[in-house]
Amino acid sequence: MSDIKITIIDREGEAHVVDAPTDMNMNLMEVVRSYELAKEGTIGICGGMAMCASCQCYILNLEHMLPEQSMEEEDMLDQAFFVEDNSRLSCQIPITEQLDGLEVKLAPEAP
Amino acid sequence: MIKTDILIIGAGPTGLFAVFEAGLLKLKCHLIDALPQPGGQCSEIYPKKPIYDIPGFPEVLAGDLVTNLMEQIKPFEPGFTLGERAQTIDKQGDGSFIVTTNKGTKHHAPVVVIAGGLGSFEPRKPPIANIAKFEDKGVAYIIREPEVYRDKKVVIAGGGDSALDWAIYLADVASEVSLVHRRNDFRGALDSVEKVEELSKIGKINLITNAEVTDLQGEDELKNVVITHKASASEKEIKETDYFIPLFGLSPKLGPIADWGLEIEKNAIKVDNAYDYQTNIPGVYAIGDVNTYPGKLKLILCGFHEAAIMCQSAYQRIFPDKKYVMKYTTVSGVSGFDGSKKEAKKEVVKSIN
Repeated sequence: MSDIKITIIDREGEAHVVDAPTDMNMNLMEVVRSYELAKEGTIGICGGMAMCASCQCYILNLEHMLPEQSMEEEDMLDQAFFVEDNSRLSCQIPITEQLDGLEVKLAPEAP
Repeated sequence: MIKTDILIIGAGPTGLFAVFEAGLLKLKCHLIDALPQPGGQCSEIYPKKPIYDIPGFPEVLAGDLVTNLMEQIKPFEPGFTLGERAQTIDKQGDGSFIVTTNKGTKHHAPVVVIAGGLGSFEPRKPPIANIAKFEDKGVAYIIREPEVYRDKKVVIAGGGDSALDWAIYLADVASEVSLVHRRNDFRGALDSVEKVEELSKIGKINLITNAEVTDLQGEDELKNVVITHKASASEKEIKETDYFIPLFGLSPKLGPIADWGLEIEKNAIKVDNAYDYQTNIPGVYAIGDVNTYPGKLKLILCGFHEAAIMCQSAYQRIFPDKKYVMKYTTVSGVSGFDGSKKEAKKEVVKSIN
């Protein structure tokens, strides 16, 4: 069907190749949670409103295919820790067919 | 000692609605919350966000939902201990509980209900390796007494409203205020950003942008902060200071509740969802986002449902010998503890002669 493959490197450094549906109105944070690749309560705390930065990830490829950062996302990353140039909030990345083969790494849990 | 029938930990929507359900059963409630205002996440994180899945409300702002709930529970005169975090729970000989906050306020109740959501909101601590060593020895995450900083050197870190507002305030109090921020842009209210810019131009705030505090130095007390400038990776600036105040907003932590002997799974408290949302400690219930059971959904509407069920069980626990039949508000109205009475208007019967 309309699933794509995404490689997600968890906080322990282990890579997981997972199927993500493009027709379920899901975002990347929700994909990570549905496969339980980060401990519940440590990711997506605000539910996906770009208001907590617990779903921060580093984009390892296809960066040019992603939607641009909104003001809210930029502001939130601004307050987050461990931010790099390739940091994004995964809740702000909808799963689309263009993202087939995407590779991301979860940022460490904030202290 | 504050005495009540049901002690609710967490004043978010679920905790607030529990006051209403308890009130219908003539049980009095008191709420504890670490935040200074009721409403939990709805007030703290997203007061201006619309919610679309509250039954009967096609759209309601989170902040308005809290206002409405406060209005709805007003007749039941709930007590509040705000700005304090529930710290310890002690079971008494008679099966009741004493819950003490981090400020030492004691609460006594036969039933304790944890409606703590994601936990209590605590300041985000920046990942600086030795920061814990200097806590209360120069490092503070919250400004409680601004006078402490009079004629002292202060370094504030952060780019949000609280960092800006405190930099402005302390510019007149401290001998030197530096504001360290990762970017050039500030996300605070426009007025505050402009004011900081103005104060920086006249030398009252030392603005250090594109930089981060990455290390702290000192023997016993904080002596210096090490500031790393982004543009030149090798460039480190050692800055003498009396205080370092990182202001990076709040994030929720389950906190001391995790040590109460409750069964925890996936950062949430396991409850009996076949019956009454009681935890493994009889007399302690958990409702709303803080609990977990097979099929759990973290929705406000589920918290409301759990609150209603929990209150019936709590009533049985408090009055084991009393028989009680659930009453509809459409039939019996709502009788407040303040003497108020809401009920449907009686039909007027008038015959035509």
